[in-house]
Amino acid sequence: MLEKLKTQWFGNVRGDILAGTVVALALIPEAIAFSIIAGVDPMVGLYASFSIAVIIAFVGGRPGMISAATGAMALLMVPLVRDHGLQYLLAATILTGVIQVLFGVFKVAKVMKFIPRAVMIGFVNALAILIFMAQVPHFIGINTLTYVFVAITLAIVYIVPRFFKAIPAPLIALVVLTAITIYYGFELRTVGDLGTISQTLPTFLLPDVPANLETLMIILPYSLALAVVGLLESLLTANIVDDMTGTPSDKNKESRGQGIANFVTGFFGGMAGCAMIGQSIINVKSGGRGRLSALVAGSLLMFLIIVLGNVVIQIPMPVLVGIMIMVSIGTFDWSSFSYLRKAPKADSVVMVVTVAIVVYTHDLSIGVLAGVLLSAIFFVAKISKIKVEKKLLEDAQYRVVGQLFFASVEDFLEKFDYEVEGQKVYIDFSDAHIWDDSGVGAVDRVVMKFKENRNEVIITGLDTGSQKLIDQLAIFTNDKAKLPSH
Amino acid sequence: MYNQILLAVDGSDHSVRAAEEAVKLATGSPESQVTIVYVADHANAKNEVLHSGSSMELDLQRRKKIHPVEETMAAQNIKYKVEILHGTPGPAIVEYANKEAFDILVIGSRGLNSLQEMVLGSVSHKVVKRANCPVLIVK
Repeated sequence: MLEKLKTQWFGNVRGDILAGTVVALALIPEAIAFSIIAGVDPMVGLYASFSIAVIIAFVGGRPGMISAATGAMALLMVPLVRDHGLQYLLAATILTGVIQVLFGVFKVAKVMKFIPRAVMIGFVNALAILIFMAQVPHFIGINTLTYVFVAITLAIVYIVPRFFKAIPAPLIALVVLTAITIYYGFELRTVGDLGTISQTLPTFLLPDVPANLETLMIILPYSLALAVVGLLESLLTANIVDDMTGTPSDKNKESRGQGIANFVTGFFGGMAGCAMIGQSIINVKSGGRGRLSALVAGSLLMFLIIVLGNVVIQIPMPVLVGIMIMVSIGTFDWSSFSYLRKAPKADSVVMVVTVAIVVYTHDLSIGVLAGVLLSAIFFVAKISKIKVEKKLLEDAQYRVVGQLFFASVEDFLEKFDYEVEGQKVYIDFSDAHIWDDSGVGAVDRVVMKFKENRNEVIITGLDTGSQKLIDQLAIFTNDKAKLPSH
Repeated sequence: MYNQILLAVDGSDHSVRAAEEAVKLATGSPESQVTIVYVADHANAKNEVLHSGSSMELDLQRRKKIHPVEETMAAQNIKYKVEILHGTPGPAIVEYANKEAFDILVIGSRGLNSLQEMVLGSVSHKVVKRANCPVLIVK
């Protein structure tokens, strides 16, 4: 145990410090941009990124994964911040943490397997579209220079890495373009126009909200949505890091860790966050494998903000917009287009519906819920196709193929020809399974109907599970039972 | 004699041709063993995880890509083992090749994606430059 902890912390010191530094630099623009999306001061996202990254380093279940303020979470907070203000967001962040700890305790991570991949693909695509849409007001119709700066930023972030990889390209764009803007005094909106940067460490504060039921009812829906979306993105990211490193991770511990991190962060003036797909990939690619890299990333981020805070407020918005456009392009799953062509129609529909609902409601959690429900319905519809093959020899012989349950009973009942009289009717269930009392009820009705015309019904081939249900629930064995009338 | 043969594959037709050459080298000695390496590219990790239901399914997909190569080995009764590495193809292959003692490394000349190759340079080129053992590039 101690040995394992030691490797997780100090098994890769050099790689972790290097990768942590790269991540810290790449995190700064994102933390600021996500704060702006949420509608809060940049400090809220920066404090969150510091606190979440550092806490996760200690309590997370997936070493090498980076957690901080994220776009998915920021997008969910927008209405809460707009209608009720920052203090309610902090309270919601704390409650989010509590819910996620409970998720961890009750091993909710397992439920992930019920979320179809079409929904997950829809999730990341919707997230990418929303991040992009959130940038639009910051660059459309402001001035020509804004467009030029967005374009230059995009050129830098996509071209520079082809030749030079040691420093993250977004940071190069940030530093160079901020310097140029300050030097030439360009007329551009800056981070300072949208909020303030305080060069101090976060302090412990109770959120300034009335402690009553009304507050709880305001924050609860947001906290639930944040908890679910945060867990979803964190577990997806954990799977990606698992694959990249070829090592397994403890998903329930991660869920609990995310909860602890959010819980504490709320008290230190930070917004709720979760694991970041992009930053975690950067971390692993840069050689980060252990817990140390998240710790380095978080602490260095805070250090840089304290030292450079007065420069940070002069960062031109178009540069952040360019970086966020890059983030949204990187988040989007571009193979979705070939997926739409190749995947079964039902899956394609689920994917598109998930995206559409999120883009319409601006709420990732509603989209995921709708996607899961829709695919559940599709699944039921698909397996409820039941076949009854009929052979008319001397006796009537039926063979049932498929699943007999609430959704297939109607089809099942229609498939028999009840007009026979005084015959032997064989029904073979060898290729069928009865799942619930509706299924048993359907068998009952068929038997009764045949018996009304003095036919003898012989049921064969029931498997163990079906037989057990029939024994428990069926009435047809009792000869005096009448056909249920309705 | 080439006893320890490292065969780097990416599932393309080129890697099957490389496998055929590796077989020729291996048949020269009864003690020879071929190690087939496939690199699960970090650049595709997000995409692959997103599009596969579980890590088991993903592993199966990768094994399927190597399957034609494995068949080539099995058809000639060559002793072989399979290693799936995680990383960036070029450096990952070089690191693995230099960590273990191989007599020769066999690799196909071109991979799957010519656009990537234009921008990033070919994997086989990188491997030739930095591997410590002899390298056979199969056209």
